[in-house]
Amino acid sequence: MSFGLEHYLMVSMLLFSIGLVGVIVRRNLLVIYMCLELMLNAANLAFVSISRFTNSLDGQIMVFFIITVAAAEVAVGLALIVALFRRKQTANVQDLNSLKL
Amino acid sequence: MQDILFILFSVLTLVFAALIVANRNPVTSALFLVATIVSMSGLFVLLNAFFLAAVQILVYAGAVMVLFLFVIMLLDLGTEERKSIKAFSVGAGLISAGGVLGVFWSALQRSDMTAALGQPSVVGSTKDLGLLLFNKYVLPFEVLSVLLLVAMVGAILLSKKNLN
Repeated sequence: MSFGLEHYLMVSMLLFSIGLVGVIVRRNLLVIYMCLELMLNAANLAFVSISRFTNSLDGQIMVFFIITVAAAEVAVGLALIVALFRRKQTANVQDLNSLKL
Repeated sequence: MQDILFILFSVLTLVFAALIVANRNPVTSALFLVATIVSMSGLFVLLNAFFLAAVQILVYAGAVMVLFLFVIMLLDLGTEERKSIKAFSVGAGLISAGGVLGVFWSALQRSDMTAALGQPSVVGSTKDLGLLLFNKYVLPFEVLSVLLLVAMVGAILLSKKNLN
């Protein structure tokens, strides 16, 4: 048996679900951020597999753009986390409750 | 041969991804993220996306992970507290991920995959991607450079000691 598009899409959606579980379950800001990267990568895998099986390079260009935007997002997000840590001295999301009434 | 490699790389990707979530130490999680990215670029090679596989390793395993590890060590998060993760959040995470998985699964079952299973001829070489990038997608490419500049200025501004 040879593996086709649907198997790659299955791996992609399992990866997305693992990332989603991590975002909801974990309490550390940085680990949540890593799981967000995991979800972005699951989308990348789906784009590349669909790009191959439809014989079009447009999906791969889209992945190129996603990788660039993710890099920019990581730079800004980590700067935000550092600024937050300076002010609150914590990276645990349960301690960040200033907006709670 | 390709089938064996597909099974190998996809199992490795999923196992490493699960280990990111399961691990308590952020540094270990970051290193498992590197392993996930590398095995995923193996999947990219199987899909004939050679340039993207190289970019994936260079950008993620290189630049992004260095940034992550740098911030982890800057914040001194090596000793995470042994606070137990609540059963409520584990349940909520599993339920929501299961729901999303169910939506994806039913979408996959309903879609027409047989049309897409023809013999692939496209190869994501650097030359082809570059030609496409600088002809059809030249405007998004330029916008992206502005975005990177904005992100750089924002990161520098946010990491200043006093924001006044």
